[in-house]
Amino acid sequence: MASLLTGNAWAEGVGDSVQGAAVFKKCQSCHQVGEDANNRVGPQLNDIFGRTAGGLAGAKYSKSMIGVGEDGLVWSAETLDTFLENPKSLVAKTRMSFRGLKEKEDRANLIAYLREFSDGAASLPSAQETGQGPEISLDPSVLSIVGDPEYGEYLSSECLTCHQSNGMNDGIPGITAWPPKEFVIAMHAYKQKLRPHPVMQMMAGRLSDEEIAALAAYFKDLK
Amino acid sequence: MKLNRRVFIGSGASAATALAAPIAFANGHGKPRVVVVGGGAGGATAARYIAKDSKGAVDVTLIEPSRMYYTCFFSNLYLGGIKTIDDLGHSYGTMAAGGVNVVHDWAVGVDRDAKTVTLAGGASVPYDKLILSPGIDFVEGAVSGWDLSSQNAMPHAYKGGSQTELLKAQIAAMPQGGTFAMVAPPNPYRCPPGPYERVSMVAHYLKANNPTAKIIVADPKPKFSKQGLFQEGWAKHYSGMIDWIGSDFGGGNVSVDPSAMTVTIDGEVTKVDVCNVIPAMKAGRIAELTGVTDGKFAPVNAIDMSTKADADVYVLGDASQQGDMPKSGFSANSQAKVCANAVRGALTGSRVFPAKFSNTCWSLINTNDGVKVGATYEATDEKIAKVDGFISATGETADVRKATYEESEGWYAGITADMFG
Repeated sequence: MASLLTGNAWAEGVGDSVQGAAVFKKCQSCHQVGEDANNRVGPQLNDIFGRTAGGLAGAKYSKSMIGVGEDGLVWSAETLDTFLENPKSLVAKTRMSFRGLKEKEDRANLIAYLREFSDGAASLPSAQETGQGPEISLDPSVLSIVGDPEYGEYLSSECLTCHQSNGMNDGIPGITAWPPKEFVIAMHAYKQKLRPHPVMQMMAGRLSDEEIAALAAYFKDLK
Repeated sequence: MKLNRRVFIGSGASAATALAAPIAFANGHGKPRVVVVGGGAGGATAARYIAKDSKGAVDVTLIEPSRMYYTCFFSNLYLGGIKTIDDLGHSYGTMAAGGVNVVHDWAVGVDRDAKTVTLAGGASVPYDKLILSPGIDFVEGAVSGWDLSSQNAMPHAYKGGSQTELLKAQIAAMPQGGTFAMVAPPNPYRCPPGPYERVSMVAHYLKANNPTAKIIVADPKPKFSKQGLFQEGWAKHYSGMIDWIGSDFGGGNVSVDPSAMTVTIDGEVTKVDVCNVIPAMKAGRIAELTGVTDGKFAPVNAIDMSTKADADVYVLGDASQQGDMPKSGFSANSQAKVCANAVRGALTGSRVFPAKFSNTCWSLINTNDGVKVGATYEATDEKIAKVDGFISATGETADVRKATYEESEGWYAGITADMFG
């Protein structure tokens, strides 16, 4: 369970790029990498390290992906690891419908493979400091907290000053009807300042684990 | 009989008589009664949340004279030509449909012993808990030469609606190369970045329509909210147009003559074409009449927004003196939710959760050039105290500024939906 939640593949060693090439088969119906790689359904992945999320000219992105890029998300080993584990937990409305790579070894191997197609210092593990703070590491017990939806309803009133209860996504993303686990991971990613956005980092920063669980319990049923 | 709008609008003795005696039980069958005075960001939110969350267990009456609410927030964007006046208008119809008894009348007095609110129409409305969210009024004599009778010649445009429209019309009618003057307010005042966003939006309009026009700001303060961000934007977008005169340069030594249309700053008389006078502010008059103010504003307990003077009277938003939060619509909305939770708990025994407050103020400097400042707050024994905060940085990219502006539009849609349902 813990492996689902931690983005610390790099902390435990660099993956095997040969095995990563095999993992990439899951990606290649939408993404190309290497010589002559072009944008397809998804952007081509040469020089992905150091690229601003949603920032490749000519590629198609969700507003959500462009938004996190504008907020400062840059692809690094750490951010890629978090994204590949559960894309929608990092970028809520990404066009990428891939469910994610649950095994950290697969992710480490894939990242090692992609790194071969990125030039420069940004591709090296030691240069992955993007100023976004430590990787998200959640104790599994945090995910097993049963949220109090009544408390969540009260706490949600603070969210609803900006996020609309009807789920409208207009300048500010809708947050209703989210699976609670993704909601909890996303809020902790803000709290740990992995997900970039000053307002959300501030709002999540003072929520306790129980309060995040309470919000998740309330918002999951708000449609 | 029902306590409804028709009864209150009905003038004279019949309405008052009809309401005089049995209203306490006639309306709610003994249900606890909350009366909210003022249907803005604080009052509308509190009324709607108590009605919604109590599911009919609390009788909620909102007293608000206007049929349509025109937000003061985003009104600068109307002055800049980016929003229309219709974008700012919101009906109370959805609140009525949501179970709030909306009464369009003025509250003119409160009897705290009898626990009743007197309306201009003559009726008397009983309450168990009274929430005042009247916004601001102006301190008399705050700007030499100006009083409320001058507000057509020299608008304040610091309450949403007709004053905003008047100021916009005056700016549009300025002669080419004319002068727009602003007399900025002293602290504390509603919407700390507001006057400076206004300067930006007036400059935005003038640059497109009257590029040789000038803007003079006489300010009684040596510095202001987001000053670095605004001054960076003014230099970038409106170079040479804006002359900000802070208190260090005599900006606080100001008088106006509305009939001659002159402004005198530190002894120098200037003929102007438009003069926007934003005087010093105090709590809306009903707070003073209720006897819950101390000085200009109403001191409140941070834990639930109840007044220091009366545990059954609460004051929200601009009229309250609560500590560290700025006087903003966002703050009032945030305070209203804490208050609503506490009031409902006191009346029905529902769970009361810890007070949490937050605020973000977005300002628009030019098209798609948005900036923001915000903070979170908690209740201490003394006051609402700041916990953490952030502010936009100077030198941000155009993409970041555009995203910030789009976020502010999302917030506007969010908060107005949150207020009115």
